[in-house]
Formats: sequence, C-alpha cells, structure tokens
Amino acid sequence: MLYLTCPNCGRRTVEEFRYGEIPTIPESITDPDARDLDRGFMRTNPFGPSVERWFHDYGCRRWFTVTRDTTTDEVL
Amino acid sequence: MNEFVESRVRLTWPDRLRSEYDVVILGGGGHGLATAYYLATRHGIRDVAVIERGYIGSGNSGRNTTVIRANYGVPEAIRFYQRSLELFQGLEEETGRWIMHKEKGLLWIAHTEMGLRAERARAALNHAYGAETVFIGPDEINEICPQIDLAGGGRYPVMGASYHPRGATARHDRVVWALAEGAMQNGVEVHQNTTVTGLKVSGDRVTGVKTERGDISAGVVMMALGGQVTMVASMAGLRLPIRSHPLQAFVTNHYQPGLDAIVASTELLFYASQTARGEILIGAEIDRQPSYSYRSSYGFLSSCAGRALALLPFLADLRVLRQWAGICDMTPDYSPVMGPTGREGLLVTTGWGTWGFKAIPAGGEAMAQLIATGEMPELIAPFGLDRFARDLPLSDRGSAGTQ
Ligand SMILES: Cc1cc2nc3c(=O)[nH]c(=O)nc-3n(C[C@H](O)[C@H](O)[C@H](O)COP(=O)(O)OP(=O)(O)OC[C@H]3O[C@@H](n4cnc5c(N)ncnc54)[C@H](O)[C@@H]3O)c2cc1C
Ligand SMILES: [Zn+2]
Repeated sequence: MLYLTCPNCGRRTVEEFRYGEIPTIPESITDPDARDLDRGFMRTNPFGPSVERWFHDYGCRRWFTVTRDTTTDEVL
Repeated sequence: MNEFVESRVRLTWPDRLRSEYDVVILGGGGHGLATAYYLATRHGIRDVAVIERGYIGSGNSGRNTTVIRANYGVPEAIRFYQRSLELFQGLEEETGRWIMHKEKGLLWIAHTEMGLRAERARAALNHAYGAETVFIGPDEINEICPQIDLAGGGRYPVMGASYHPRGATARHDRVVWALAEGAMQNGVEVHQNTTVTGLKVSGDRVTGVKTERGDISAGVVMMALGGQVTMVASMAGLRLPIRSHPLQAFVTNHYQPGLDAIVASTELLFYASQTARGEILIGAEIDRQPSYSYRSSYGFLSSCAGRALALLPFLADLRVLRQWAGICDMTPDYSPVMGPTGREGLLVTTGWGTWGFKAIPAGGEAMAQLIATGEMPELIAPFGLDRFARDLPLSDRGSAGTQ
C-alpha cells in the first residue's frame, strides 16, 4: 500500500501512519478463558476486506477507520 | 563441493495425483520439503505427497536473504537454531548437492549505550547456551569488516558489536532443490501447480485435503504454508496466532567481492551481506500493516537504503537492481509454532516469520520425527501451539529485528 487518505490531512504515504488492529473474536467462542486466549494471541488475519484503525503519527495524530483489501492493499 | 563437480539436479515429477497417501504435506517450501526429505531418508516413510500451489520455493523459501545463525534471545530458541546451523553445515555432504553454504560471521552492531547493553547480553546468553557469540569493540569490528564507517556517518557511531563467527549464508533455491531431489529420489511425490482448496474434516479429525485436482485421504496432514496458513487452517475451524506481513528486501548491482561478514544493526534496522555473484543483499523489518500483497514500495527502499548508507558508505556508488517482498507468518511472540493443532491428524509448522530459512533443516527433522513417532521431540516441545494457552510464550522480538 502506498497511500492512505487521512480525513483531516488528505492523501499521504503510508510511512506517516501507524496501523491499529481491531481484534475480532468469533462469537462462537463463549468460554471466558478461551476468549481471553483469543484476544491475547489469536488472529483473524483477514484475506480480503479488513476493517482497521490507522493513526496519523506524522500528521494530525488522530485515529480513523479504513476498510482495506489485504490482497491488493486497495482502500475500499 | 563446488560448481565444477556439480551434476544436473534430478527432479522427477509425478503426473498422477493419487487419492490416498500416508502423509500429505501442504506447501512445497523449505519446511514442507525438509520434512518430506527426513521422513523418507531417516524414517523410511515414503508414501508422502507434497502439495504446492505454484512451484517449489515460490514462497518465502525462494525470497529470503539467506542468513543462517543461531544467536537468539531465549534458551529454547538458541538450542533449536544451533541444531539447525549444524545441520546446514553438513547439508552439502548429506544431500550431495552444492548449496553454496558459506560461513561468513555475523556482526550485530550497537550505536548507543542501550544498544551496547543489548549486544553484551546477546553475547553472554548465547555463549552460555552454546551458540558461539562474543562481544567486541570497534577495533576488532574494523578488522573483521573494514568497510564499516566507525563514525556511522556522524550520527550512528559504532560502539561495539556482538560477533557470531558461525553466521553463514546458503543459496536458498539450491537448498529447496537439494531437499526436493533427496525426497523424490526416496519415493516422495511432489505435486506442483496444485492448490489446496479445503480440508476433509470428520468430527475433530482431519482425514485429508481437497485440491483443485481432486481429493486426497491422508493418515497425517501437515501444513507448511508460510504466510497463507490462516486460510487453510480456518477450513478446519482452527484459529492460529498468525498475522501475515510483507517483508521486503533488495539487491544492488554486482560489486567486487570483499564484504565478507554479514552486517546487522538493530538500531539502524537493516542488515546486509554480499552474494556469491557480488550483489549486496539488504533487508530490514516487516511492513507494519498485515497484507498479502507482494508489491514492494519506494518508501521501504529509500528509508532502508538511507540507513544502510550510514554504516556502509561504499553503497552510495551502487545501484539497486531488484526489490521484492514475501508474505511472512508472524507470531505475537516472534517464535515459531510447530506440532499438533488440537485437531487429530493435522499438524502445523508455522510462525516462521522473517527468520525461518535458517530453521529449515532442524524444523524438518523435528516434524519428521513427530510424524514418525507420534511424540513431540524434546527440541521443539516448547514451540507447541499450546504454549499460548499455558501462558508460556517465548518472547524473542529482539532476535527478529535482523532476520
Ligand atoms: C524478504 C525476506 C527475507 C528473509 N530473510 C531471512 C533470512 O535472512 N534468514 C532466515 O532464516 N529467514 C529469512 N526469511 C524467512 C524465511 O524465508 C521463511 O521463514 C521460510 O522460507 C519459511 O519457509 P516455509 O517452507 O515455512 O514457507 P514458504 O517457503 O513460504 O512455503 C510455503 C509454500 O506453500 C505454498 N502454498 C501456499 N498456499 C497454498 C495452498 N493453498 N495450496 C498449496 N500450496 C500453497 C506456497 O506457494 C509456498 O511455496 C525471510 C523472508 C523474506 C520474505
Ligand atoms: Zn492526519
């Protein structure tokens, strides 16, 4: 991925940003210990569209939400 | 061994995919092929198929920067990688193939007080656990690698280094081919251009795999799928501690041979070595966002090249020839995952991230032993998937910074 568009600052190269994962624990996991384990260590690792947070580190220093296709790095 | 006594690699491809094998290995990278090789050569288990969606070595095993070393950050890892380093030393003799293995010595340079402390600790820990590493000062660094600018371009002064004399490199494709040939000569079938599309599951048991070319039943299925493991594992409802991140690298044009050591710096975040062809091969850290995109970026190239120049100013005269990326299977503790999955009949070797080329022989040897005996070998027992539930992760990020 080369560019992201910050809602405040506009289009910038990805090096300006920090990636932030939104942990997704499947609802089918109900046992509290298993949910803790999943939150701590397991990853959905989406292949395709991924909803994620990005922080504009070298800019406005605000978080925003991006939907990105992880197979092409295209912002959807 | 050398190029003058080489003969053509004998790779024999089967044309028919059978519907049943004792062992089916998913992924024809180094780890899949090494497991097949040791199954056939050490344990006489030959009814084995390796299923590869592209060509062998088309994943990270043919994209890496080929650094082989054993100096890691936790005792369990040092023991494991030391075993692998020793197997690599004997791999030419064992396979009869020239893999261009070359001992070069690895310098891990420190530029700050903090960095010095880290390199001293690295040397002490690895010395204690048998992966020969010593702490050295700038004079010795200069003797080992005169190309390093001890002033670090004025900003990154060279204050000391941990030195790992057994650090080595080997030609990655040749390692893949040597293992594939050895496995094939002993009866293993390697099927290229065959994508795994599903797992056959019955209750808690995996009984085989589905491929584009038909279904296969298997006594044991082992996933060795690099950065693509998540999709296949999810077909058995299995969640893994894996996130796939691109890792990039690049090479320069050919330069006169002379950069003999492997040079690394955690603080500058890059490492460099010279290939047999004379190219300078440079790598750094993973891209921060998870991705399956193989696209490489100018941002990486310019920042990594700039950092490398601070330590190796002669690079300024060279040109960039090629740049590429691989998709790495990263774990939260920066250590690999080997062993059972909690699904009967399904094993996994993953989490090889940015560091798994050096682990190919020992990883394959241990997984073959696990398949043959049904018992988790002592060497890899700490690396099981169950370590997370038992709250015993093997945190070793400091060893991954430079592959
Ligand atoms: C740029 C870069 C530099 C690196 N540098 C080093 C280094 O210096 N030292 C080091 O020790 N390590 C290094 N590594 C890491 C090392 O390359 C890997 O850890 C190692 O090659 C992993 O081997 P593998 O067999 O597990 O995976 P891979 O070699 O990736 O093999 C997995 C195989 O599975 C196949 N596959 C995927 N999906 C399917 C499917 N559905 N069906 C069938 N087949 C499938 C792929 O095509 C691939 O061939 C580096 C990695 C990269 C990307
Ligand atoms: Zn902004």
